[in-house]
Amino acid sequence: MTDLDNLKYTAEHEWIAVDGDPSTGSGQATTGAVVVTIGITDYAADKLGDVVYVDLPAAGSSVTAGDVCGEIESTKSVGELYAPVSGEIVEVNDAVVGDPSIVNADPFGDGWLVKLRVDAAALDGLLDRAAYVALTEGDK
Amino acid sequence: MTQLRTTPLHSRHEALGASFTDFGGWLMPVRYTSDLAEHHSVRNAAGLFDISHMAEIEVRGADAAAFLDFAVSGRMSALAADQAKYTLLLEPSGGIIDDLIVYRTAEDGFMVVANAGNRDAAVAALTERAAEFDVVVDDCTDHIALIAVQGPASQAILEATPEIRVGGHTPLSDVKYYRRTHADFVHGGESVPMHLARTGYTGEDGFELFIRASAVGPLWDAVLASGEPFGLVPAGLAARDTLRLEAGMPLYGHELSRETVPSQVGLARAVAADKEDFVGRTAIETVVATDAPVLVGLVAEGRRAGRAGYAVLDADGNRVGEITSGALSPTLGHPIAMAFVSPHFSAPDTTLFIDVRGNRIPATVTALPFYRRKK
Repeated sequence: MTDLDNLKYTAEHEWIAVDGDPSTGSGQATTGAVVVTIGITDYAADKLGDVVYVDLPAAGSSVTAGDVCGEIESTKSVGELYAPVSGEIVEVNDAVVGDPSIVNADPFGDGWLVKLRVDAAALDGLLDRAAYVALTEGDK
Repeated sequence: MTQLRTTPLHSRHEALGASFTDFGGWLMPVRYTSDLAEHHSVRNAAGLFDISHMAEIEVRGADAAAFLDFAVSGRMSALAADQAKYTLLLEPSGGIIDDLIVYRTAEDGFMVVANAGNRDAAVAALTERAAEFDVVVDDCTDHIALIAVQGPASQAILEATPEIRVGGHTPLSDVKYYRRTHADFVHGGESVPMHLARTGYTGEDGFELFIRASAVGPLWDAVLASGEPFGLVPAGLAARDTLRLEAGMPLYGHELSRETVPSQVGLARAVAADKEDFVGRTAIETVVATDAPVLVGLVAEGRRAGRAGYAVLDADGNRVGEITSGALSPTLGHPIAMAFVSPHFSAPDTTLFIDVRGNRIPATVTALPFYRRKK
């Protein structure tokens, strides 16, 4: 089970996990290139409703922080996937492409979307769990 | 931002874990668990909807029938007691102020059910048109609650609800489509009159239940409890929207507006053009031969749905229309949409393209509805 407190978040409702060493997730300084896993939060998944289609960037492509890099469609609406940090896509979750309902069933686990190689310093500006929870509560 | 209104069932929706959305000024359940699960439950068993946000407007008086024949598009004077009809409230120009279901409640009485977002406009138009008639137009929305049981198991569920007693009135099995019957809801030593109408907005068999607002909570509980063995689940507006879209039913603000006239949206049948005089008649008679866009169905392959506002293109990339509602059809498994297109491109089997955020998705014009239940 993913420890939500060890994840980073964005105001666009993505979560970011630093792979391999969960202890680095909570604000400790890290340098150099790291691989992060990106998904959408349970809050985003609930807001969207049943996800029926995901369009993800191709492995090997570059994405720029803040830019739209994919789409997540539910029966009701279309959500855009924003790149939380700049980097290179190293892996795409093909299981989610084949069965988008995994995003609803397990948004923080099997419902991950892409893995991205980024500069660790770029992660400093992201939200921690407390800040993200405060943000979503303000939305209600 | 104005305060959103809630129905008498709001605390029950919260207890059931609903997500909410603003709909027509009301905070309504959009889903309880899953849009798709609720949609499939209605197609295969039954769903229970709170539609108490809809407006109920009573029309009473010696001139009630003649008044409605003048005020709305259809011939309400032809309705028998406890019969209903789908009709339109038109502007003098022919534009659609709202689409309505009108029930005949008595020789001199009718109940008009209007959309939540059009409540004020409908009440205002009816009141203004009533000036020359001996009628009272009475907005009863705050006093009347409305829930809908929709799906193939609906009749069995209501028959299995011991608190709903039809007594000597027409049994549910004999209530035809667009008819209603009377019953008493017996709860806590009290007997509350209610109506059960064989109407709905899902393309399935089902009933809409009208009852005094103060009694709808226990009624909701009773139907939910008796329906559980039949597979009944509470269902939200998300499922309601995909259900009505599959059934090709228009939604005000999407397919219908003051800028559209009935013939554009396939609703000429809702206009009794042989009536002597009614509001909107002149305009409708003069609009027939124009180039106005018409409402069509579009079906596509894959999983990417066109959505309201997306452009519809011809083979050369020219914009020939716009989608009004669209979704990946849960029942059919492919994208469906309703769209206004130029009449030159409205023939069934015409190939068009939907501009899905820069991607051109081929789509085929098709007759509505997309889904028709097996009788």
